[in-house]
Amino acid sequence: MPAFLLSSKFHNLQELRHSASLVTKVFIQRDYSEGTVCRFQTKFPSELDSRIERTLLEETVKTLNSYYAEAEKIGGQSYLEGCLACATAYIIFLCMETRYEKVLRKISGYIQEQNEKIYAPRGLLITDPIERGMRVLEISLFEDRGSGGSSPSSSMSSGSSAR
Amino acid sequence: MSAVMITRKVRKWEKLPGKNTFCCDGRVMMARQKGVFYLTLFLIIGTCSLFFAFECPYLAVHLSPAIPVFAALLFLFVMAMLLRTSFSDPGVLPRALPEEATFIEMEIEAANGNVPAGQRPPPRIRNVQINNQIVKLKYCYTCKIFRPPRASHCSICDNCVDRFDHHCPWVGNCVGKRNYRYFYLFTLSLSLLTIYIFTFDIVHVVMREYPVSHLCSQKEQTGFTVLEVLVCFFTLWSVVGLTGFHTYLISLNQTTNEDIKGSWSGKNRVQNPYSHKNIIKNCCEVLCGPTYPSAFVYVKLLIPAGLSSVALTASASFQHAVLCLQKTTAPLIPNEHTPDDAKPSIAASAEKSPSPKEELPPASKLPPLASPETDAETSIAKDKTH
Repeated sequence: MPAFLLSSKFHNLQELRHSASLVTKVFIQRDYSEGTVCRFQTKFPSELDSRIERTLLEETVKTLNSYYAEAEKIGGQSYLEGCLACATAYIIFLCMETRYEKVLRKISGYIQEQNEKIYAPRGLLITDPIERGMRVLEISLFEDRGSGGSSPSSSMSSGSSAR
Repeated sequence: MSAVMITRKVRKWEKLPGKNTFCCDGRVMMARQKGVFYLTLFLIIGTCSLFFAFECPYLAVHLSPAIPVFAALLFLFVMAMLLRTSFSDPGVLPRALPEEATFIEMEIEAANGNVPAGQRPPPRIRNVQINNQIVKLKYCYTCKIFRPPRASHCSICDNCVDRFDHHCPWVGNCVGKRNYRYFYLFTLSLSLLTIYIFTFDIVHVVMREYPVSHLCSQKEQTGFTVLEVLVCFFTLWSVVGLTGFHTYLISLNQTTNEDIKGSWSGKNRVQNPYSHKNIIKNCCEVLCGPTYPSAFVYVKLLIPAGLSSVALTASASFQHAVLCLQKTTAPLIPNEHTPDDAKPSIAASAEKSPSPKEELPPASKLPPLASPETDAETSIAKDKTH
């Protein structure tokens, strides 16, 4: 294998994305059954059948849902934060991080970790939902064109990858 | 190995294809037409300046020094709320990138089946069940997404906004999920400020006319007082009415948009699935709920040092992925067209109406544009210093 392929420049997931050939993207939609709170469907997309185990993805989505539920929970702490902020005319938000932002950082770290540990080795990449306005959970499928794979404009079912 | 902080800096989202203006490195986000907003600023600052200059010295001496102090606090609160409402992202939904748009189109075609030639395809609607009620999600042709529940497209700003209330020309921005509570507090505090100034203007005039001590000079000029009274009188009717209207909406957990369209009223209509059927709970959710994130705010994301070692040890598993991947890439550079086609009529009418604020909230029409405009870059710039 060419040594330069293993060079440090591929330790970064962003570069992985840019140097790979993107086959397609799969979108996990929001689950609105409980209202407008942020939840994603745990239904497993069929395009990922050959790529990743069902349980892993479900686990990821369930953990993300629990993080969002924690962020959007309306209870004692959110009231306190709201009242305190209102009393200071919300100037305190210029200095302080809100609870939601703290949870978003945790989510971002979690997604990064999941990508590095689970998804990138399988040629997948999860995009943080905040970048899509919390509308969808986007999973990009990458592939090696050399191993008789598919063209980037292929249909969804071409999930063949060199594993 | 030394702990390395991996700072992921995502590029700036500078080319949001809507009609917004950004300032201060993206921290300020407003609509394009700001004329009426400047008028609002002028009226508030002007009237309060006159009050502080002409009435307050007299009242502080003859009544109490607490009067101007309280007025100043109230004025600062009003300004803070106004600026918060005007400058924050109302909850704009990013448009669908090409892959997502294609994905949705394919889903729609699959759902519609074969439409015979000459027949119009069925409207693009998705049904979801929320709290045991069926809610229809409409497709936005501009943003190429199925709008989440309660979202609507503002044709003035040319964006889909989550929990869209209305577009307010007086604050120069849409009012949506992220800034509704600031808007409500703005109208509430402005009502209080207007009543306060109005009351003390009357007190001032009365005290001048009927002085209680010989130390008060008579026949002082009360011209400015009259001007303030006039401004306050007309403002009172509109702002207090508006505050009352929004208090009613909040207690029912409805938006102005839903109220205007009559989404939840009428016998054959669905009941509001978002209401908790309890006024206190509804108020708490709207006013004390969490502060939602913006898709465009700049946040510098720091991965903790511990994780970098995970990245390095995981490089072994990367090898497999790396071997399979080609070096040549097909980077996604979507077309960037800034849409220039929109609804000047609504904007013009909104600006021309001199009468009370937002009694007629506009702008949630579905523009059936099949224009080729799409999206900006795929990454959002996040950079916020602590």
